[in-house]
Amino acid sequence: MAKEVAFEAAPQPRLLRVLTALTALGFLATLYLGLVVAGTDIEQGDIQRIFYIHMPSFFGAFTAFGATVVGGLLYLARKNDAWDRIALAGAEVGLAFALINLLTGAIWARPIWNTWWTWDPRLTSAAVMCLIYAAYLMLRAGIDDMSRKRNFMSVYGIFAFVSVLTTLFIIRIVPETIHPVIVGASPQNAQGSFEATSGVVTALAPSMLLWLTLMPITLMWHRYRLETRREALDQKMIQALGD
Amino acid sequence: MTTPFLKCVLAIVAKDLRAEMRSRELLSVMALFALLSILVFSFALELDRAARAEAVSGVLWVTLIFASLLGLNRSLAQESDQGNLDALLLAPVSRSAIFVGKFAGNSIFTGIVGLLLLPLMTVLYSMQMLDIRVIFTTLVGIVGFCSIGTLLATMTVHTRAREALLPIALLPVALPFLLTAVRATKGVLNGAPDWQVWLQLLAGITVIYVALCLLLYGFVVEE
Repeated sequence: MAKEVAFEAAPQPRLLRVLTALTALGFLATLYLGLVVAGTDIEQGDIQRIFYIHMPSFFGAFTAFGATVVGGLLYLARKNDAWDRIALAGAEVGLAFALINLLTGAIWARPIWNTWWTWDPRLTSAAVMCLIYAAYLMLRAGIDDMSRKRNFMSVYGIFAFVSVLTTLFIIRIVPETIHPVIVGASPQNAQGSFEATSGVVTALAPSMLLWLTLMPITLMWHRYRLETRREALDQKMIQALGD
Repeated sequence: MTTPFLKCVLAIVAKDLRAEMRSRELLSVMALFALLSILVFSFALELDRAARAEAVSGVLWVTLIFASLLGLNRSLAQESDQGNLDALLLAPVSRSAIFVGKFAGNSIFTGIVGLLLLPLMTVLYSMQMLDIRVIFTTLVGIVGFCSIGTLLATMTVHTRAREALLPIALLPVALPFLLTAVRATKGVLNGAPDWQVWLQLLAGITVIYVALCLLLYGFVVEE
């Protein structure tokens, strides 16, 4: 039973260091592309540049929440604790990204829609998504038994992902939205849409790529390592109390 | 050798009904809460004739959902506090039969509250709620909500602060039911033709959630 747990911090794998550096550099580079290289939008002015963070951050959340549901499914199938830690990392990183997405959206909407917030289907669905993952973290904190916690949260993560898919597709199902669509035709009453010109794409594509892959993966990896150490610490404490 | 599925389900439902017949603690709490909620809404929203037509389906569903939260909490807490859930798990009974049994019991109790609310609201708000389409929508919505409700209540009875965590975990996940059910009810009451679309959506979501809950319940009760 008393398995010796390695608590001394394992050195960061070289790949993780490389990824961290790449993510930081990539972030600076995409900021440069979005703030300097891309042309100013003729109708919206500089505020349109927030879009180079806004849409990529949603897709970053998508990757992270995807890790939560995949981690949950694999945990239920394999019962390997590592999958559950990945799921937790995904939920936390994803929630942070989803909040960035909501905040940048609100900042953009203030001058363009003349309001911070409106109960548009897509906005509502994005807010519900944030609430569900906040509930995920809260529920997780409320369960003491570890194996029960991992089981429960894997199941909850599967239901939570429904809200992510809803947010992604609702704009195609419920047409009464004012949120612009970038890929494909905007709904007729979309307010503040713009053309995906080559300048926009130059700044958007690298940013999308960064937020979709490097950014969530690097952050989740760090969070995963943190969780591994935290669990090791808990085990140490239980052992110490037992002695 | 496991007991046949249907027999288990019926046994669990019969047990819940018998316990309720003798104690009457679930239904009386839920019904009284629902009555109070209707009263509070009518003061809080200052419902006049025009406002009623707009708000009444929202009042119905918010009341039903909170009443059902009360019932779900107690129904699962009863099982786990008295150790009956452990006994059920030890018995040669399939996990999904346990789920269907508890789910059916919860749906029946909430359904009874719903069926009491409709004539009551018809009288108090003078809206024609006793429409077969409204009744049907109400029952479908209750079944859907109770499926995910039963699953999550089984989880939250094992947590600290269970009464607080159930609504926090359940409400955001169950929003699709609230949204579609309110729209369908409102459509029927206001004679809008789109109620059918919303009812179909509601039924579709219900089928998906019930299937997911059936599949996942085994993981929730496993030790």
